[in-house]
Amino acid sequence: MDLSITMTGFVALYVFMLAAFAGWVIIGHVPAILHTPLMSGSNFVHGIVVVGGLYALLNASTVQEQVIGFVAVLLGAGNAAGGFAVTQRMLAMFQTSAPTSAHAGAHAHARVHHLHKKR
Amino acid sequence: MLATLPPLIIGLADLTAAFLFLYGLQRMSSPATAPSGILVAGFGMVAAVLASFLYVFSVSAAAQPHLAVNVGLALIALVVGGGLAWLSGKRVAMTAMPQMVALYNGMGGGAAGAIAAVELFGAKTQGATQLLVTLLGALIGAVSLSGSLIAWAKLEGVIKKPLRIKGQQALNAMAMVAALSVGGLILFATLGGAPVLLATPIWIYVFFGLALLFGVLMTLPIGGADMPVVISIYNALTGLAVGLEGFVLQNPALMIAGMVVGAAGLLLTLLMAKAMNRSVANVVFTNFGDAPKQVQGAIKGSLRPVEASDAGIAMRYASKVIIVPGYGLAAAQAQQKLFEFVKLLQAAKVDVKFAVHPVAGRMPGQMDVLLAEAGVPYDMIFQLEDINDDFATADVALVIGANDVVNPAARTEKSSPIFGMPILNADKAKQVYVVKRGEGKGYAGIQNALFYGNNCNMVYGDAQAVLVKMIEAVRGLGAAAA
Repeated sequence: MDLSITMTGFVALYVFMLAAFAGWVIIGHVPAILHTPLMSGSNFVHGIVVVGGLYALLNASTVQEQVIGFVAVLLGAGNAAGGFAVTQRMLAMFQTSAPTSAHAGAHAHARVHHLHKKR
Repeated sequence: MLATLPPLIIGLADLTAAFLFLYGLQRMSSPATAPSGILVAGFGMVAAVLASFLYVFSVSAAAQPHLAVNVGLALIALVVGGGLAWLSGKRVAMTAMPQMVALYNGMGGGAAGAIAAVELFGAKTQGATQLLVTLLGALIGAVSLSGSLIAWAKLEGVIKKPLRIKGQQALNAMAMVAALSVGGLILFATLGGAPVLLATPIWIYVFFGLALLFGVLMTLPIGGADMPVVISIYNALTGLAVGLEGFVLQNPALMIAGMVVGAAGLLLTLLMAKAMNRSVANVVFTNFGDAPKQVQGAIKGSLRPVEASDAGIAMRYASKVIIVPGYGLAAAQAQQKLFEFVKLLQAAKVDVKFAVHPVAGRMPGQMDVLLAEAGVPYDMIFQLEDINDDFATADVALVIGANDVVNPAARTEKSSPIFGMPILNADKAKQVYVVKRGEGKGYAGIQNALFYGNNCNMVYGDAQAVLVKMIEAVRGLGAAAA
């Protein structure tokens, strides 16, 4: 079983192109009300760089590489953990009107639906 | 078989992470599903990080003797970096959110730059393409790191004023060209197999130094009001750097996550710039505050102050009230008091809505978060394009801590620096109350014709104190009626 991944030239460009397109489309559907959590959420997503840092650090064979790799993991972990913490906190704050009456509930639902549709 | 197991698990974990990131972001398109979205993405991150420890089974022979130390270092870095950021993220005030996001973003850029540094110093890249991409990622990552730190310092108030010197743009261009040249030099030296002038590692230091310098120089002259756009740009750049380093490490999860964020950041940047009616180049290369002050046609009329209690009572007897909150409201920490007042109005069967301008706050959508924090349900919060027509039928528009975003000059005054910027039509309401600390001007430093309109009254004072008076006045009414 060959599990190695080799991406060169055009294959890499295709991956980049599709990912960029997906990002553009997905983010385009997020309503303006969520733009701050979205920005910190996408900030969290690029915290995946910590995985690259771990790879570099675990493969370090000199002190210099160990130091730089350590910094990479330290910063990457900060990016991921911090990004997650603030995003989760912010999103937990978004509450709809308490559905005390059927009318209010229906209104809130319609509003969510509206946000869904809105670009 | 045993040898193929670790890479199989790593591969599956990374694939899962990439999918969960996309799925999580997709769930963020509605406030109702968004909290689960970030959770899902978080699971992906944890899976990818845990799986990456399986790299220990496949390290190079050279790294083998250091493995125990490296694993220890990795654990320490994860716990310290992740722990500190987690705690700060849990504690930071919502008003300070933009600088925190800038800081975390800079960290990501720094991490991407550091990964590139390991590749460069260790001469691990193969071929011209990989080396070129590594250099590019290093440059972008380093610029994002130093630029984000400056953005953080500005928002935090460590750097108070935009620093502008003569020939700034020429200097910036020189730093950029110098960084690119040194990058090219490293490329030739490595491919040619012979160092040029200096040993290649020294050039690598110079390269990173210049890149960091460029990030600093580029961000220093940009004014505080433009920071939302700047943060958004650096968010996109960090994503790009991560994606490029993902290619170098041949890790598709990094490539996908990085590029998705790059595209997302670009889109957000463009949306932000559009909301300010300016091009991204205009934000980055010209300095808003520097625009020569326009000599404005004198605005006819006078400012008419009223008592907070009178304004409060007028709203109590209105049937439709639209509130326009601005950053001044958050600066006065008065969101809670505002919502308390709104609940009183709602109890009196007044239809209350919040109208939020895209650039209200220090990053896109920050005002929405600040209102949500105060407990305002999101179905009461409306964006510019959804509510602008409602002002014409509103009895009262209450403007609190906002100024430029309700300035009608943006519609009519061609000479105004904000001409063309989409604004909230607060002036169309039957009655406008503007809560303001004093007679000062807004961020853009321009007079606001709205304040002089026949339908407008000023309520002077600290937002918090004004709202307390309004609440007392309306409560007093309730008691009298009962």
